[in-house]
Amino acid sequence: MNNDLSRRKLLQLMSACGLMVALPGMTAKAASRRRDERPKSLITLWMNGGMSQLETWDPHPGTPTGGEVKDIATTSKDLRISEMLPQLAEQMHLCTVIRSLTSKEGDHERGAAFVKTGYRPEPTLKYPTLGAIAAHELPDSKIEIPQHVALAPDRISPEGGYLGNQWDAFRVFSPGDGLSNLKSYVSKERQADRLKGLSVVSQQFEQRRQFGAKNTLHQNTLDRALTMMTSEQLKAFELTEEPTAVKKAYGETSFGKGCLVARRLVEVGVRAVEVNLSGFDTHVSNHEGHITQTKILDPAIATLLRELKERDLLDSTIVLCISEFGRTPSINPAGGRDHWPNWFSCMIAGGGFREGTVIGSTPSDIPQQDSNMQMAGRGKLIGPTDPILVPELYATIMASMGIDARKEIMTPIGRPIRFADAQPSARLLKDNVASKVIKS
Amino acid sequence: MRAVVVLFAVSVAFLVLKAVQVAGKVERPSSPPEAIASSEQLDVAVRRLNDQFHKQWKSEGVSVAGPADDLAILRRLSLALFGTVPSLEDIRQFEADTEPNKIDRWVVRMLQDSRFSVYFAERLARSFVGVEEGPFIIYRRDRMTAWLTEQLQRDASWSDMTKELIAAEGLWTDKGATNFITIARTDDETINVNKLAGRTVRTFLGQRIDCAQCHDHPFDEQWKQDDFEGLTAFFCQAAVTLGGVTDKKTGENDEPIVYKVVDPGKEQSEARIVPEAVPFHDDWLPLDGGLRHRLAEWVTHKDNRRFERAISNRIWGFMLGKPLHEPVDDLPHPVDGEVDPLDVLGQEFRSRGDRLSVLIRMIALSDVFRLSSESLAADEATYSAQVQAWSVFPLVRLRPEQVIGSLFQAGHVRTIDQNSNLIARVQKFGNENDFLNEYGDMGDDELLQQVGTIPQALLRMNGRFSAELSKVEMLSAAGQIINFSPDNSAIVENSYLACLGRRPTDQERTYFLDLLDNTYEADSKKREADPSTPESDPKPSRSQADVVQDLFWTLFNSPEFSWNH
Repeated sequence: MNNDLSRRKLLQLMSACGLMVALPGMTAKAASRRRDERPKSLITLWMNGGMSQLETWDPHPGTPTGGEVKDIATTSKDLRISEMLPQLAEQMHLCTVIRSLTSKEGDHERGAAFVKTGYRPEPTLKYPTLGAIAAHELPDSKIEIPQHVALAPDRISPEGGYLGNQWDAFRVFSPGDGLSNLKSYVSKERQADRLKGLSVVSQQFEQRRQFGAKNTLHQNTLDRALTMMTSEQLKAFELTEEPTAVKKAYGETSFGKGCLVARRLVEVGVRAVEVNLSGFDTHVSNHEGHITQTKILDPAIATLLRELKERDLLDSTIVLCISEFGRTPSINPAGGRDHWPNWFSCMIAGGGFREGTVIGSTPSDIPQQDSNMQMAGRGKLIGPTDPILVPELYATIMASMGIDARKEIMTPIGRPIRFADAQPSARLLKDNVASKVIKS
Repeated sequence: MRAVVVLFAVSVAFLVLKAVQVAGKVERPSSPPEAIASSEQLDVAVRRLNDQFHKQWKSEGVSVAGPADDLAILRRLSLALFGTVPSLEDIRQFEADTEPNKIDRWVVRMLQDSRFSVYFAERLARSFVGVEEGPFIIYRRDRMTAWLTEQLQRDASWSDMTKELIAAEGLWTDKGATNFITIARTDDETINVNKLAGRTVRTFLGQRIDCAQCHDHPFDEQWKQDDFEGLTAFFCQAAVTLGGVTDKKTGENDEPIVYKVVDPGKEQSEARIVPEAVPFHDDWLPLDGGLRHRLAEWVTHKDNRRFERAISNRIWGFMLGKPLHEPVDDLPHPVDGEVDPLDVLGQEFRSRGDRLSVLIRMIALSDVFRLSSESLAADEATYSAQVQAWSVFPLVRLRPEQVIGSLFQAGHVRTIDQNSNLIARVQKFGNENDFLNEYGDMGDDELLQQVGTIPQALLRMNGRFSAELSKVEMLSAAGQIINFSPDNSAIVENSYLACLGRRPTDQERTYFLDLLDNTYEADSKKREADPSTPESDPKPSRSQADVVQDLFWTLFNSPEFSWNH
């Protein structure tokens, strides 16, 4: 609490003295807005390949499913997580851990499509990812850089789906190491002359195609690209001004840098950022694989949460750590765990979500039918308690961000589709937030 | 270690060269397109098609755009059939041709060019197998596209190709069509029969019935869940074995393999047996043969209008960038006694051995294809009505590979094809993949109408592709145009032809000539010719090469370059 107050006082003081050190692009007023006054942003930490719930958020040590991992206490009294996440254990008072997410998609591509959009993939329609919906629904004309960004993305990058490819995430393959294609390779004067020539050529084309050319949005896209090229807000993608100690705290990995860039982007006002960490498909040596992965993610996510809290940005930023599915309760002969969509975990913090809470619990016994039958959603299986559906989670995130999840959009195939096919869930939100954002 | 790296590099280089060589290999067609239908025979068919549109335009009272000029038609054809703008070399030959039936003869010539078969094979493959990676080892997309390339070179019958795709047996490396089946193999080593049934109906019959996998179609009473299950049953015996794709009639214990459906919440033991069944006209279904073979015969049956309408709509989409009905694979049901443009195309196509070449030629010769994209509509609603009625040529964003193909072609004066030198072709191969990775691929939604994105604009403006391809070098288009153009006016004109496939307007010519007349070279030439000429004030700040490079950059970034018009 003292931190909050002192920080706000400091900001006010600096603002008054004209010493605002907010990132470029934000007005002093915007930069000083915190908590509820600030439009919400979303940071999705995508654990690519299928993170094991048992080695992270939902350990079952000493049980048939547990494997070698032990659990540790956290800053939240009733919540114990994997020993592989010591730094995150210190931040659990800020988080909700959901151990009862369920899916029927056990294939990477299909699972990712489902968990990123809340809709099971179908061949005839591509759904937008949560970040694309947020960027689409909550535009901000003051932001000169893309509102939807993917950091260190893999092949399956967040997409605009039926909203259109202009809502696809702006991909930054090597976060913190500069952006490609943003600098003209000629001098300013020459670039200005080129653009003058371009307006002559464009004008000729548009002259007799007034409405058709307007609908192409070519000029609009070009103008936005040119604005972005010269925008001070681009500095949010850079890490040169960040202290070495901060960079070290996040970890000098691509994911660590991605989390730090994500924080900087959110500070500028970017609506949705996804940071990808690949390497979770541990069919072989699952335990060792997760030791490697958690060494990367633990410092990065813990520092991100700590910094957002310290900067008073956590109330306006939702941090969601999620994966396309979990991994099997049983360990295969290669020491690996296979795909398991029947239950898996996620961590969510900020934006009015409950703090220091755990939802759902999963069996400690190895289910008898540990086969692909469950992956296809057929056959009977005793599932987790208090299951949370991905669409329900997303409807709640949307409600918290001020997006109407039940809004229907007419899709290119002529079918109106809702942003989320579920109602928001009050039990995921703090009571005062739930009463405000969930309409009965 | 170093030796291994070198060996690896050599192997990669060899494979790339091999791939390029294979892509450039030309096989003689089984029968040339003009033998399938003469220009005169096609004229009659095209008149039927045109009548359909003219009647509609008249009844709706929409204004009709004027005709596009021949160079605009050549650009459309080249983009549709080769995936690039025409080369300066192509344009010169085209303009020198003054014989009758020029457009049809050029279409026929293009259909026999290997650039067509390679490019069209890739586009067709998207509707068969999409762009997903598919199962490791047993799925070989390259074999599928090689097989398709061969079929297109032979101008094979579409019915035969369809039958092969649905019912082929054999190794995925040997029989390219079998990859239509192998891509549906799941991690648990079964075949995803739902995927195959959905894809078959979408691709070959132009109907989206995938949702009927779980429930009756919500908006279309004609499609029930039973229909989907019955069609799916035709794939239940398909199997991928070490010997390749085959049909297994019996299981391990000699019990017959039948299609079983386990309803949600039920046990495996409660599975229902679903017999194979077609949703309509079971009289078209042969009684004998394997399940897939029987389905293929039913799909391609001569009276199955959906079959010919589906491919007509898709080829229309390939040619104009936008299908007659959207989405491309969700067509209205054919109505008894009614004929629409898809039926006209379909009937003529069927009557000439169902060759894709016939469809392509008919569309290329149609009035719609030859309309200008210019519209004098006074307001947006009038323009929209024109677009709806196809009384103006639609503006459609080029597909990513058309953009890089066009950038690459515009960067060279000579045609880049199987006759180009290997360095240029290898360079194209590498460039294309890098560019597509950055520009983004549209996957199998390739006919979905989309606008451009900011990363695409940034890539065109500042990416290495436009920088390299606009350079003034000995072998680049910009360099050769400077060296071989007699004067500045010719430089501007040739640059326009190479990049946009047209000549500059007077205003454009004046603007760029002014820039070219204010270069170091122009300045010194003036003073060489007349030493008394006073020094220019201000002094020129650019060389001729800079101005031409800037001109290429400008044309690459113009809306006209990235849109089909």
